[in-house]
Amino acid sequence: MNDRYSRQILFSPIGQEGQEKLAEKHVLMIGAGALGTGNAEILVRSGVGKITIVDRDYVEWSNLQRQQLYTESDANNRMPKVIAAKSRLEEINQDVQIEAKIIDVTPLEMGQLIDGVDLIIDATDNFDIRLIINDISQKYRIPWIYGAVVASYGISYTILPNETPCLHCLLQQVPMGGMTCDTAGVISPVVQMVVAHQSAEALKILTDNQEALRKRLISFDLWTNQQASIDVSTFKNTSCLSCGEAPTYPHLSYESQTKTAVLCGRDTVQIRPTSAGKRDLQTIAARLSNTGKVEQNSFLLSFTSEPHRLVMFHDGRVLVHGTSDVTEAKSLYYRYFG
Amino acid sequence: MKLLVNGNHLQVPSNVFTIADVITHFFKHDPIVIVEHNGIILEKNNHPKQIVADGDKIELVEFVGGG
Repeated sequence: MNDRYSRQILFSPIGQEGQEKLAEKHVLMIGAGALGTGNAEILVRSGVGKITIVDRDYVEWSNLQRQQLYTESDANNRMPKVIAAKSRLEEINQDVQIEAKIIDVTPLEMGQLIDGVDLIIDATDNFDIRLIINDISQKYRIPWIYGAVVASYGISYTILPNETPCLHCLLQQVPMGGMTCDTAGVISPVVQMVVAHQSAEALKILTDNQEALRKRLISFDLWTNQQASIDVSTFKNTSCLSCGEAPTYPHLSYESQTKTAVLCGRDTVQIRPTSAGKRDLQTIAARLSNTGKVEQNSFLLSFTSEPHRLVMFHDGRVLVHGTSDVTEAKSLYYRYFG
Repeated sequence: MKLLVNGNHLQVPSNVFTIADVITHFFKHDPIVIVEHNGIILEKNNHPKQIVADGDKIELVEFVGGG
């Protein structure tokens, strides 16, 4: 037995007992971008028992400025983020069980991923998926920690089923867009600040120190030097369809699911085909080889026809790079993939 | 008029009368925002009715989606 966790055990609210509890806990990390890599590294170094990391994307050069688990080699090889993250996290702490899932999360996948999970950490980049996480959290009574960033601004809130208002209560409307990393960029320090808040709250929950939870909605801007902290407990709505007295979990229904998504900071649209099943990328590559430049690794196929690049994964998902226009992206998708 | 917004003393123009005006003044877009005015949380439909006065303390928290 080495003294890997000695300083954390010396911290009396955790102690030996908290450390042992932590080693038995399973965290579901939705997203392996800036917030996901930061939170995952802290929890793995802290000695959590298991982390399941889920992400649909692969590493690009524009990620390296803030997504702390990735290297130039990962970007050059277009490694799926969760594969690169797992590899680095296992170098950091081989005692933690890391499960990597290259998937685009829908309610169906969430229902399968949630088994045995003690906490969900939100490291996603859009509200569609956050509202799914919110409903799953309420349905299975599992806490989750919202976190988000754009430019130099960050926000976080810890949602406890039966206790706090849920995201649906707080938003009071379905977001229709706003500033994104695409339009406003993002700086790394604000990512680290949100990660610090999320991971501290996670450690409190995972070591059964619920009384220490912040219980307030916080936000900060590290460039304009503003910060806010609000007690939002009055927002808990007994008629909320996600957390109220007669919940219907509206965001888990098929009708509420998005089949296309504009990816934050990427000038990219994701198309998720309605037809399920594994794609034969070899055959598709051969078909496309006379039309443009085709590159492949064991996880994906990349097809470039200037000024656009389309990347297909085994599950049929396609990332259309070079546009944020969903209609144009669909047109390109059907033009090249039928 | 001066307001204490998210911990900073800020001057706002004379056409700012309500919380909804404060939001319009500080955001270029139409944000999803939670507002605390002198320690009281406001429902969204009260934003256009809630009058602000010199020295008021306002906390604005905008929901964003990036990550």
